[in-house]
Amino acid sequence: MSDHRGLLEVVDLVKHFRTTGLFRTTASPVRAVDGVSFTIAQGETLGLVGESGCGKSTVGRTILRLEEPTGGSVQFEGHDIFSLTPSELRTLRRRMQIVFQDPYGSLNPRMRVGRAVAEGIEIHRLAPRAEIPERVGSLLAEVGLDPDAAERYPHEFSGGQRQRIGIARALAVEPVFLVCDEPVSSLDVSVQAQVVNLLAELQRARGLSLLFIAHDLAIVRQLAQRTLVMYLGRVVETAPTESLLATPRHPYTQALISAAPEPDPTVTRSRIVLGGEPPSPSAPPSGCAFHPRCFHPKKDTRCQRERPELRQVGDSAAACHHAE
Amino acid sequence: MLTLVGLVLIAIAAPMLLPDPLAQPDILQGVNQPPGAKHWFGTDQLSRDVLSRVVTGARISLTIAFLAVAVSVTLGAMVGLVAGYWGGWVDAVLMRIVDGALAIPRLFVLLLVVAAWESLPLLVFILLLGTTGWFGTSRLIRGEVLRLKQEPYVRAAEALGAHRIRIVLRHLLPNTAGPLLVAATLGVGNVVLLEAGLSFLGVGVRPPTPTWGGMILDSQEILFVAPWTSIFPGLAIVITVLAVNLFGDALREAVDPRHA
Repeated sequence: MSDHRGLLEVVDLVKHFRTTGLFRTTASPVRAVDGVSFTIAQGETLGLVGESGCGKSTVGRTILRLEEPTGGSVQFEGHDIFSLTPSELRTLRRRMQIVFQDPYGSLNPRMRVGRAVAEGIEIHRLAPRAEIPERVGSLLAEVGLDPDAAERYPHEFSGGQRQRIGIARALAVEPVFLVCDEPVSSLDVSVQAQVVNLLAELQRARGLSLLFIAHDLAIVRQLAQRTLVMYLGRVVETAPTESLLATPRHPYTQALISAAPEPDPTVTRSRIVLGGEPPSPSAPPSGCAFHPRCFHPKKDTRCQRERPELRQVGDSAAACHHAE
Repeated sequence: MLTLVGLVLIAIAAPMLLPDPLAQPDILQGVNQPPGAKHWFGTDQLSRDVLSRVVTGARISLTIAFLAVAVSVTLGAMVGLVAGYWGGWVDAVLMRIVDGALAIPRLFVLLLVVAAWESLPLLVFILLLGTTGWFGTSRLIRGEVLRLKQEPYVRAAEALGAHRIRIVLRHLLPNTAGPLLVAATLGVGNVVLLEAGLSFLGVGVRPPTPTWGGMILDSQEILFVAPWTSIFPGLAIVITVLAVNLFGDALREAVDPRHA
């Protein structure tokens, strides 16, 4: 956080999905993202964690405007992403890219790998046609693949290799900012580490800024300087990753950390098991959205009435009335 | 697959192969002759060689079917891709048109136009069959596109800044190849049958040009005297439709890189 030059500045981002019933046109919307703000500095990695369905992937997609936002603003390199014309947006797409979770769905099954990687270069005319194969070859080498992979189809590759191809495709347009939407969640654990290392390496070599979305704190720990915890469309805690893990301030963060496996078998810890399912994001609980599942000893009626705002506690910011 | 190639080859080579390509009446042999050494499929009530007429009919029927399906599959794919990917009011307008068109029986429209036109040029007949046959295909492709456009690779292409046209042509169209081929093969079978039906009703291709449906129509009065006159064109229809469908299946697997 030493560099305060914000590359990306997200303010009060809101994304609701309208649900349309058969007989009603307006049911209550799904509040996937409900007022999320953060900044990412040049070269920084921000972790974004939370359970499935908390809206973390939607945050990633909406700031790239792959989903149209319901409200809020995103400043990227001084441009207001949400007020760009389609052609301005297309130009800016070169600067920010995304790596998807699903290694099987993220590559067109009928397109050779080389063409998939070349697509961005062609779209933005980054190289003369004759030089494209060479560029593709060096991109594939950069992500640790054999350059003759270009001639093959996606189904000939393993999940980890496909993620590498997806990363090469994103890097082809020389972005400065990369959204990694759970890029290793569906990979084998042994392969996860390789892909995470690759991302860390690329970040160093290319000076990338990353928004790293995950539900696994252990992986975020390896990459992110700062981490944001989301619950039901809102940020409940944000802190430098090390202090978030050492001294979690929000009870939800504490529960998440206790759910992560502990590598040292000699350490005994009390595991916090949350009761119940996360509530529906189309009808979030009143007050603090976490209160029905909260185990904090000081939980009181204020938690049911009043929604806590993020406030500074130590070097964290937590949205809990009783955080200390 | 071999059957279809065989059929097409026979159709193309017909004038060279046949003993009697024009199927002139063979007055010496007489009418309604059963299949024999000289006339393998027998002769009809005008003493014409049924084999020659079936093979020549293949030329007409297959030409009509393939061209008409090419027209309808192209139209259906275009409308389906645009409606599915653009969405919004474009989709709403196109799909209401399709809904309306699907509500009108195809045979009725064809009968009306064909009957109103005194001597229908073959090309117009083909276009007519083509432009009335794409509604179902467009529905099918639209559904496919609605599913495909949520795929991460389509999202990735959008994130790369790809233009809509590029996404449609490079990502969506290749991935609808399977259902398109199915639609096309079903379409060929359908058009062969439809053309046979129209000819049978006496409003398709005018005699004496032999078409399979027309031949069955002509021979209905002599069905019991000379059944071969309707059995052979009928068999030709069945074999063709079957062959086209099998061929479509094989083709679908062949163009899928995962089955390579």
